Amino acid sequence: MPFLALSNIKKSFGQTQVVHDFNMSIEKGEFISFLGPSGCGKTTILRMIAGFEQPSGGTIHIADKDQTRLKPNQRNIGMVFQAYALFPNMTVFDNVAFGLKVAGQPKAEIEKRVNEMLKLIHLEHLADRYPYQMSGGQQQRVALARALAPKPQVLLLDEPLSALDAKIRVSLREEIRMIQRQLGITTVFVTHDQEEALSISDRIVVMNAGRADQIGTPSDIYNRPATRFVASFVGTLNIIKATVVDPSASTVTVGGQTLTLRESIADKTGGEKISLALRPEAGSIAEGAKGDTAVTGKVVSANFLGSVVRTRIDVGGNVISFDMFNSPDLVMPTPDEVVTLRFSAGDLLVIRD
Amino acid sequence: MKMTKFFAWFAIAVGVTYFFVPLAGTFEFSLRMRRGEYSLDAYGSVFSDVQFQQTFGFSMLMALFTIVFGMLLVVPTAYWVRLRLPQMRPFVEFVTLMPLVIPAIVIVFGYLRLYNSASYIPFTGSLLGTNILLVMSYITLSLPYMYRSVDTAMRTIDVRTLTEAAEILGAKWPTIMFRCIFPNVMSGVLSGAFITFAIVIGEFTMAALLNRPAFGPYLQLVGANKAYEPSALAIIAFAITWLSMGLIQLVSRFGKLTQSRP
Repeated sequence: MPFLALSNIKKSFGQTQVVHDFNMSIEKGEFISFLGPSGCGKTTILRMIAGFEQPSGGTIHIADKDQTRLKPNQRNIGMVFQAYALFPNMTVFDNVAFGLKVAGQPKAEIEKRVNEMLKLIHLEHLADRYPYQMSGGQQQRVALARALAPKPQVLLLDEPLSALDAKIRVSLREEIRMIQRQLGITTVFVTHDQEEALSISDRIVVMNAGRADQIGTPSDIYNRPATRFVASFVGTLNIIKATVVDPSASTVTVGGQTLTLRESIADKTGGEKISLALRPEAGSIAEGAKGDTAVTGKVVSANFLGSVVRTRIDVGGNVISFDMFNSPDLVMPTPDEVVTLRFSAGDLLVIRD
Repeated sequence: MKMTKFFAWFAIAVGVTYFFVPLAGTFEFSLRMRRGEYSLDAYGSVFSDVQFQQTFGFSMLMALFTIVFGMLLVVPTAYWVRLRLPQMRPFVEFVTLMPLVIPAIVIVFGYLRLYNSASYIPFTGSLLGTNILLVMSYITLSLPYMYRSVDTAMRTIDVRTLTEAAEILGAKWPTIMFRCIFPNVMSGVLSGAFITFAIVIGEFTMAALLNRPAFGPYLQLVGANKAYEPSALAIIAFAITWLSMGLIQLVSRFGKLTQSRP
């Protein structure tokens, strides 16, 4: 039995249905990220787990107990908000102690637990500060400690890093993951930042228009996108137009050049137009580049991006981008130069909508 | 550019003269009670008047009740409108503005018709009832100022997220209201309280027509019968108002310092 089970969850606001028959099982201690563009329904699902929104249909179970109709203050869930939501009139200590005081715990126990939490987030020395005296990163760490203090059964993170600057964001997401592993708490994280989701999740749910397009490990999501949307939303991807030559032999043509795919296309017919996906980092034109497949094309542009050089080549009307690691010896391709891009046939994916 | 500056200063000078000359004149006149020299005799006479002490004390008490019950009405209303009924905001704003457009005398006559001793709710049938009615009428009069100051203070905090943060931590409504929201809109509550205090202290119509011994009717009485004391009382009333305004500025500044937002 999963620890957190969302079964046939639906949500409508008036005539607009924002979540359609959403199903998911989350195991105890798992770190799940909901990834998707604005308005895809990810925050709505999080708010339904918290109890701030009532599902229009379906059930939410935590530890085998039906939570669907419970109020937020009856669910024992911790939540960190994008806007920190620290109580401005309370010190750091009082903010972290709030949930414990509400639960009526003895003073000595509250003090012990608050100090434990402040130690966990390395802010013991700021216990007497007020939120307005702290930086955004510090405030969000306090918000995390406050959410964890009452020992919730599930931790919800609603885009907690969005309001922070890039450097703090990276360090705080690593800290969040470390604390989550240390405490073994089941965590649901909502973000629109794919790098965040890919770097800290056990599994990712890619949401699109109120539905889960794909649920899988970060590696699955990145390397084997299930739909065109997932492929285009997660990472940079080349979508290449191809024509099926022989479905049984998995051969296609791209700009007049024949390629053999590793993936079966037996369900297609000869002459059918299909779309293939190729990651920019999958190919190379460098001398001695590995790969059992190759296409030849004309260089359109080559841009220096610091650690990589992104080159775009035209293969019979398909413009394919690929990245090469920068090194002092790298010779930059020049426009109109004819080059051969090598890659593994396994990196070429058939997009199924 | 220079001409614009000149006109700006000229306008300020005219404004200041218009405001301060009568005030300075009143103050100067209030010091003339002793023939041939300036003194504070008029102020001494006012402060030693038993009626002054009684009416001022009565109005203070009424102001206190008005502030407490007014805030108990206004803070939860403003909070609820912001949190759950944002679509009702224009309507609530309209209702709170009504006392500004309906003259006090109309309101008090309405009260007297509705709550007289022969009615179903005979507030005016007893002293306590009349006092309660007076407090309610003061709450009505101060509603535009109280609601606006509290609503403005609520705009500076993220009411919805703070409420949700408290709720998910297990808090129920009274805890959310009194420990998370009320302390954070205190600057607005205090601003509203000081304005209410200034209004109640100087209010005449309601108290006079409900026949209660308040400070407003006392001011009128003294003004009609004495020479120098009314000027002293006018200066005292101004001082109270200015003190209230100063305190509003102080608490607003304090409020700005303690905001916490991403």
